[in-house]
Amino acid sequence: MPLTRSKSPTRSPLQERRESGRGVAELIAQLQSDDAMQRRRAARDLGGCVDALPALEHALARETVTATRQTMLTALMSMDDERVATMLLPMLRSDDVALRNDVIEVLQSLPGLVAPHMSSLLEDEDSDVRIFAVNILESLRHPDVPRWLQAVIEHDEHVNVCAAAVDVLTDVGDVSALPALDRLPQRFPDHPFIHFAANMAAEGIRRGDDA
Amino acid sequence: MNKALVIDDARTVRQYHRELLESVGYAVHEAFNGIEALEICGAETFDLLVVDVNMPKLNGYDFLQSYRERDDGHAVAIMVTTEARPDDALQAMQAGANLHLVKPVNPETLKQLAQLLRAEEAA
Amino acid sequence: MATMPDRIDEQQPKVDGRLSDADFRTFREFYYRKTGNWFDDNKRYFVDKRLLERIRESGAESFRAYFTSLRFEASGRELQMLTNLMTVNETYFYREDYQLRCLVADILPQVLRHRSRTGPIRIWSLPCSTGEEPYSLAIYLLEHWPDIEHVDVEIVGSDIDTVALEKARAGRYGRRSLNGLPDAVRERYFEPDGPQHHRLVDWLRDAITFTRVNIADVRDTRAYRDFDVIFCRNLLIYFDEASRRKAAEQLFDALRPGGFICLGHSEFMSRISPLFTPRRFTDAIVYQRPENTR
Repeated sequence: MPLTRSKSPTRSPLQERRESGRGVAELIAQLQSDDAMQRRRAARDLGGCVDALPALEHALARETVTATRQTMLTALMSMDDERVATMLLPMLRSDDVALRNDVIEVLQSLPGLVAPHMSSLLEDEDSDVRIFAVNILESLRHPDVPRWLQAVIEHDEHVNVCAAAVDVLTDVGDVSALPALDRLPQRFPDHPFIHFAANMAAEGIRRGDDA
Repeated sequence: MNKALVIDDARTVRQYHRELLESVGYAVHEAFNGIEALEICGAETFDLLVVDVNMPKLNGYDFLQSYRERDDGHAVAIMVTTEARPDDALQAMQAGANLHLVKPVNPETLKQLAQLLRAEEAA
Repeated sequence: MATMPDRIDEQQPKVDGRLSDADFRTFREFYYRKTGNWFDDNKRYFVDKRLLERIRESGAESFRAYFTSLRFEASGRELQMLTNLMTVNETYFYREDYQLRCLVADILPQVLRHRSRTGPIRIWSLPCSTGEEPYSLAIYLLEHWPDIEHVDVEIVGSDIDTVALEKARAGRYGRRSLNGLPDAVRERYFEPDGPQHHRLVDWLRDAITFTRVNIADVRDTRAYRDFDVIFCRNLLIYFDEASRRKAAEQLFDALRPGGFICLGHSEFMSRISPLFTPRRFTDAIVYQRPENTR
């Protein structure tokens, strides 16, 4: 008969079965394997294991395979340890776009760990880092997000940092953001885009308020 | 009608680029990251892509590389970055971009480029 | 809601029967970013109704006030409530049959072409709920895929809910579940069981294996490997970002390199994980684990 009942629906490849009994020390060693998929499985199995943090940090810094790196970051996501934030934040300066964006995504899911660093991130001297900080705010579950965003459009000197903040305010701004939004085009008179975006955000807020 | 795909995670940017490109006669589609753009490119062919670099899930460089591997991946691609570092332009070209612009994009520049590209198509 | 300021005024909320177009679009995009689930315009009525209901219940005074708190609420509880409201998990035979067409027309031919190993083709239905999906897969293949004459296929259905799994094993269904099946098909694979119900023929029930699995638990999924195709519809939308990443990784592990995953009708991997490559076939977008990830 062509449709066959699976006698054993589950099956573990030999390699994985060998790995499954491994303790933390062995998994940490496996993070150094030459095989990217083995490194990936080690990272997966170390998820939530705070003792493995330094080893994961080391492995992450050297990892070049996207899928493996992604799993290492997922493993960090489930650790409630402030070292996770201090280790990930410097990666916002990486030249590797994929890594940066993935780090932003991970940080978005760790509001408790990220919030204490937010003010200094938003004051960073590198405008790209400030943009990434605003990108983190886009999805950060934290009640101070609207306040942080408003401070950006009131004070930040860089057009693209403000542009990023305006974009988020388009969805979440309230009437308190209106004065700063209305002033913004005057701060950047040479940039028609800012005029357009600030208008779009302000219109959205005004419409939402009369709805 | 010429078709353009605007790929950016920022809604304000997508809307701005859409209006600019529509004003010079393009039909515009939008995607908010590289994977969504690839999904759309599976169903539609485009003449012009305006691609942001920093996007979640799949960034502009990686998107463009995958796009160029497609049999129909011939659209003119404008890569848009937030800074004007020399490396950015180089990386954009390596990923398969034809042009590199710095944000916020000057509206006249984008319109003129888009128009020029259309004229070439017609010629 | 945790972050919603207490309202002491008795003012009626400014929400009536319809969202503004702009609010609908704002919500739709946010919800897509969060859940990977996209509402087409024809879902507008459905979305408006449920969302406005939730706004009223929450005591928020406008869409915008509700939306801001939904977005930044630390616990994520409100989004969870809303997702439950927005998701209709109806299950019936031949649901979303365009995916079944895609399976036969494009996915399985690709699987056959690229297979390096012998042994059956393995399909995983997760979550399988009360069994309609895995049985539909089996029936559809028997009806529409001639290759099944000479290729073995194994179908495994898994769910976290053991009550649902018992029903799946029993294979007894009411009229509503069977509405989508042509009469002839129903007669071939079902027998009447009481005035209102039908029961799957024994040989078909015996052909599917049902197991209990929690996709969020690595220990549960560790032994599920080597699948050629996974159907995972309308599950990932219930997870927060971290769980969704984990789940996507487990699905990645469960597929053999080059294997395919089918999500629900309005779900897109673009919001879920870059581990897979979108493939657009005539009838559906499906996602592939790249061949080179061995």
